[in-house]
Amino acid sequence: MSQATLTRKQTAYDPEAPAAAPPPNATRTAVLKALGYSALTVFALLYLFPFVIQIGTSFKTDPDATANPLNPIPSNFTTAAYQQLFQQDFGLWFTNSLVVALLVTAGRVFFDSLAGYALARLRFRGRGAVTLAVVATMAVPGVVLLIPKFLIIKQLGMYDTYSGMVLPLIADAAGVFIMKNFFESVPVSLEEAAKLDGAGVFRTFWSVVLPVAKPALITITIIAFQSSWNELPHFLVSRASPETNTLTTGVAGLLTGALGAGNRYPLKLAAAVLMTIPVALMFFVFQKRIISGSLEGAVKE
Amino acid sequence: MRRGGSARAAETRSGWLFVSPVIIVLGLFLVAPIVIAFWVSVSDWNGRGSPLSSGVSFVGAENYRQLLTEDSLTRSDFATSLRNNFYYVLLVVPIQTVLALALALLLNQRRLKGLSFFRTAYYFPSVTSSVAIASVFLFLFAGGGSVNALLGIFGIDGPQWFADPRGVLHIALGWVGIGNGADGPGPVALTSHDFLGLSWWDWLAGPSVAMLTIIALVIWVSAGGYMLLFLAGLQNVSSDVYEAAAIDGATRWRTLRSITLPLLRPTLFTVLTLGLIGTWQVFDQVYIMSKGNPGKTTLTPAFLSYDQSINNGQWGSGTAMSFVLFGIIVVFTAIQSLVLRDRDPGSRGRFGRRRAVQPVTPPNSMQPMGPTT
Repeated sequence: MSQATLTRKQTAYDPEAPAAAPPPNATRTAVLKALGYSALTVFALLYLFPFVIQIGTSFKTDPDATANPLNPIPSNFTTAAYQQLFQQDFGLWFTNSLVVALLVTAGRVFFDSLAGYALARLRFRGRGAVTLAVVATMAVPGVVLLIPKFLIIKQLGMYDTYSGMVLPLIADAAGVFIMKNFFESVPVSLEEAAKLDGAGVFRTFWSVVLPVAKPALITITIIAFQSSWNELPHFLVSRASPETNTLTTGVAGLLTGALGAGNRYPLKLAAAVLMTIPVALMFFVFQKRIISGSLEGAVKE
Repeated sequence: MRRGGSARAAETRSGWLFVSPVIIVLGLFLVAPIVIAFWVSVSDWNGRGSPLSSGVSFVGAENYRQLLTEDSLTRSDFATSLRNNFYYVLLVVPIQTVLALALALLLNQRRLKGLSFFRTAYYFPSVTSSVAIASVFLFLFAGGGSVNALLGIFGIDGPQWFADPRGVLHIALGWVGIGNGADGPGPVALTSHDFLGLSWWDWLAGPSVAMLTIIALVIWVSAGGYMLLFLAGLQNVSSDVYEAAAIDGATRWRTLRSITLPLLRPTLFTVLTLGLIGTWQVFDQVYIMSKGNPGKTTLTPAFLSYDQSINNGQWGSGTAMSFVLFGIIVVFTAIQSLVLRDRDPGSRGRFGRRRAVQPVTPPNSMQPMGPTT
């Protein structure tokens, strides 16, 4: 199932839809509702409590964290863990992650939509073969590529450089397919009008097609940013020096004790909180934009 | 005619121009690496200089032969990692699938309101970094951590999760009098035979207590992503079907068993396939949380092949391991698809073809929660 199919299917999702059949009797419905909500709440606790503990513990002192592991409320509220983080290289890791994620996102949005457009719209010899080849690359399990990527990045002289960290991620097959599926769902009439006006292929793509593709572009922006921000294995095999540490490799080092002696749970959890914030923000902010974007589209049609 | 021809030529030119960046990136960082790695796995390259230089020679299947047949630490480590990963897959795939389905069914109740909050809560771990989540679980399952504190409330003395290499099957077998518990030697009948350098008794260890923490983490994280796939599948079921069932007087349980689940079969197929492919590749959590410890009981082929190559310089056997792992993933996926399809030959043509064309996106990449198009 592709990203686009999934999201299209979700359009039909409406939890508040009226019940298919009238309730047989009111008490039974009320009991079922209560059961439903309790089950949902139990799972919600299971899913949210670890994050509550994470945030609470990050504001504790070391002894407090170990003494009261179940109580998320600090007995002495302190931001010491956060201050310590920034005395270490945390700022550098954060900057590296941000630079890499932004470059990867920009690259993917541009290159994936270019290729997706070509595969959806342009008639050219070899298109079928290219489509198949791109599908085939998606079938390769990523972990098999770990050592091979290290070898090729070394071979190309890009090891431990930003280009070695960014270029291998700058286009992805899944993104190409999201864009391809989207362009296939857009009516051709717009482009034909532009063509009649004598616009070239790139002009048409850039100023006519891309603006219409906003919902799909938002989708791949989110995926690209999130996946490159959270990427770990690629940065383990494409770089080595402390200056090129990203948040994932840096914090992973912190967790395995390379930098942090002792338990230092508040420090580790503070690092986890900070590295989650950008993705969480994007997740909540874009959720609204995605919905409003789709409403705009519906109104225009 | 001539105009049409040149327009087509222009379209061909732009077509190739538009796809070339993607082709170059995928070719250079996906296809070429596999070719080079395959070459390394059949060569005697020792990590010095370029694997493509003239001093490196072809040794055929030597690395594979050594890895699979020659008695060595490498072979028994590899066997251990296969065992660990097998039990990991055996627990993670069914549990995460059932949990994801349960969450999706809960969220698909038409009478309840405010469901998007719950959906967001269940899905949120899927968008966060594996490193951040691992950091939380390292605290939760620490010796004096939250989980043991919670168990303590009920009077249970929790184990030292991350330091406990005992296999849970060994522990369970000890309870029924087979073997001498997890610490003692196993029965002679099982310890005197071995496969790939690992005794039968060791193969039967089950996941270690330490591995259970990684299993719990992965199930907790990935169920949310698969839940979205099930939700999408559920929304595809037209409400007419449910109305008809209600008119026929079908109970909720009966509706679930006879209508919902059969209609979810294609989604189930996708979830199991992605689950299998994903779980055989577990790397991040092992790298962050355990590095294969304690007692090599959380070692997995993906981590071992990385460690073997990059840290030990055993490139030939390291790359051979990753290709064996590739083979395992292919075989398991094929078996699973045969088993699932044979029971329902009717869906074969239709969904088989659709799957071939529609690429599968793993749910660990973030999926937008609302409608987009």
